[in-house]
Amino acid sequence: MLNTPIILQSSELFQTITHAKNVLGFTLLLDITAIDNLHKKRPASTRFELVYILRHAAFKETLLYKVSVADETLGVESISSLFGSAEWAEREVYDQYGIHFINHPMLKRVLNHMQFVGHPLRKDYTITKGQYCTSSQDLMDEMKPLLKHRNLDLNNDNLMVVNLGPSHPASHGTIRTLAALDGETIVAAAAEIGYLHRGFEKSCENHNYNQIIPYTDRLNYCSAIMNNIAFAKTVEEMMGITLPERGIYIRIIVAELSRVIDHLVCLAAGLLDMGGQTNYWYLYNPRDNAYDFLSKLTGARLTNSYMRIGGMAHDLYEGWEGDLRDVLTKIDFGITESLKMITHNRIFNDRLQNISPVSAKQAIDYGFTGPNLRASGVAYDLRFAKPYYGYETFDFDMVIGSVGDTYDRMMVRFDEMNESMKIIRQAMSRIPDGDINVNDRRITMPAKGCVYGGIEDMMNQFKLVIEGVHVPKGEHYGSFEAANGELGFYIVSDGSGTPYKVKVRPPSFYHMAAYPKIIENYQVADAILTLGSLNIIAGEMDR
Amino acid sequence: MDVSNTHLLDEAVVTTTIDAVINWGREASLWPFVFGTACCAIEFMSTAASRYDISRFGAEVLRFSPRHADLLVVAGTISYKQAPILKQIYDQMPEPKWVIAVGACASTGGFYDNYTTLQGIDEIVPVDVYVAGCPPRPEAIIDAILDIQRQLKREKSFEVRNTEFKGKLDDA
Repeated sequence: MLNTPIILQSSELFQTITHAKNVLGFTLLLDITAIDNLHKKRPASTRFELVYILRHAAFKETLLYKVSVADETLGVESISSLFGSAEWAEREVYDQYGIHFINHPMLKRVLNHMQFVGHPLRKDYTITKGQYCTSSQDLMDEMKPLLKHRNLDLNNDNLMVVNLGPSHPASHGTIRTLAALDGETIVAAAAEIGYLHRGFEKSCENHNYNQIIPYTDRLNYCSAIMNNIAFAKTVEEMMGITLPERGIYIRIIVAELSRVIDHLVCLAAGLLDMGGQTNYWYLYNPRDNAYDFLSKLTGARLTNSYMRIGGMAHDLYEGWEGDLRDVLTKIDFGITESLKMITHNRIFNDRLQNISPVSAKQAIDYGFTGPNLRASGVAYDLRFAKPYYGYETFDFDMVIGSVGDTYDRMMVRFDEMNESMKIIRQAMSRIPDGDINVNDRRITMPAKGCVYGGIEDMMNQFKLVIEGVHVPKGEHYGSFEAANGELGFYIVSDGSGTPYKVKVRPPSFYHMAAYPKIIENYQVADAILTLGSLNIIAGEMDR
Repeated sequence: MDVSNTHLLDEAVVTTTIDAVINWGREASLWPFVFGTACCAIEFMSTAASRYDISRFGAEVLRFSPRHADLLVVAGTISYKQAPILKQIYDQMPEPKWVIAVGACASTGGFYDNYTTLQGIDEIVPVDVYVAGCPPRPEAIIDAILDIQRQLKREKSFEVRNTEFKGKLDDA
């Protein structure tokens, strides 16, 4: 079923969303985005429309609101007083579309650099028009109000301001955090992102659906295939097609394997940050074994591009079961050895327990999803809340923490790997024979042999390559339980082979927005581990 | 030669050039600074891990301060926002220094031909070796390091490199 938005007037927006949150119980704000109607064939009444995506506290229902923006310079009322996650989401809309939000505490660019002129996701912004940046901002515009709020002064209180990142070994990519320190303790922090903004959403508007698959690989590059599946699944929902059984099983197997290797790299790097280098070898080496399996299957180690709209590139190869079983054994061994070193380890426990705890209520407010939310004790997993691909038929458990501290965030991941491997083993024993792709020549490619042999297949292939898969006109928000949380795609189609608009709902973006708040009153060394435990992947955060 | 006879070694004389000795030392002790931003950095992790083991080529002493490093490995996409930081880090490295552009993005911008991605880091800093791939396999990264080793053997050890280079962010 498609998620179609409810149309609102901009004057009633704030009230309606307050009502939805407080009375109807839609407590999780997933995403805010905008649509530029400039190139629509039948233009809407206003050029810009805003889209708000909310999720019910029981996590089963999704609510979409759509608001026409009469004048983008005047904008609409900000909802950042209702949802913590709205602050950065609105900043992104402002940055990309130039829509103003009234009463926003800090409305400034978040992805593009400060010297950038214009708003790149507007349809009249040329995609290739790059703008050089000569210097970085000092972030004092954010830091000063934070300090003032705490009755602190940089000079009088003898505080030191340090940059963690954007090029820092423990910043796991390109993340910048400006921290004001009193000794080793962080008294205030501000984060800056966008250093890996690669224009994913603009590129999507210039490529057909199957050409977007390689771009999705590079969102969360630690579990590339999962992004492929999340995108393909959303498009397939829009087209109303379902994969054959075998195709679905293959997707489950490779998705869960991706979840395992994503958690492996998160934990390996996190433990390396705290000096547990041996853990790094034990956890990272099985990843190389998984790469062997994936490169045999897809031809690539990291960025696999294995999925297609309506199926996948090809079937599993002969002898895959043995290889995969071998990989799982190696991962099991790595996890066991690593756990031997850290369970009941005094250093591990003391450094992680009760560090940067996030309560369940806070986590929902920040827009946390995935392992980070479950660590806070919220039983939310899309595989349970809204099962897709028959996840309800598998025997596995949801892993939940209690305190939501760095320790919980890491241990939830350790246990989730075992649950994922349980799913893989069940899927391996149950996988049926048969087709893997939807048998419709408007969606999937004919066999290569037939393309050379018959005029009809040749034409089908030509149309698919040149025009792409045609997706019916409409809009849809599709969500998927990825390794880091809810990975959503909001797609607007005008009926052609190229999407009119694609918006990613990246889990890491919202985790990062909360990061400067949760590291306050902890030490610099704790902040490094907290960042590792949140598993911020810059590729999907900045897109 | 009977090595137990230390007397022989005492009198041994080797003739060579200063360049040959210094470059021989440099070649097997490159200290990389990994400017890892994206997917390629994950492949660099594999290059450093036990299977590919970069230390076999003397380049395992990863430095996280540019002031300690002489090999800049740019692994990942560089956006316009990131470019001044890359340049600052390059400038902070002492001479002599070498640069590897790992992967399609660092070399040319890759398939991110858009408003936010720098179309190749050679607009900002001089590059010695480009590595193809998206991301390149660890073997390709190792091959680039071997390439740098071959290059530096032929260089004059006291000469300042790349004096001619003028990047887009260098002052006019």
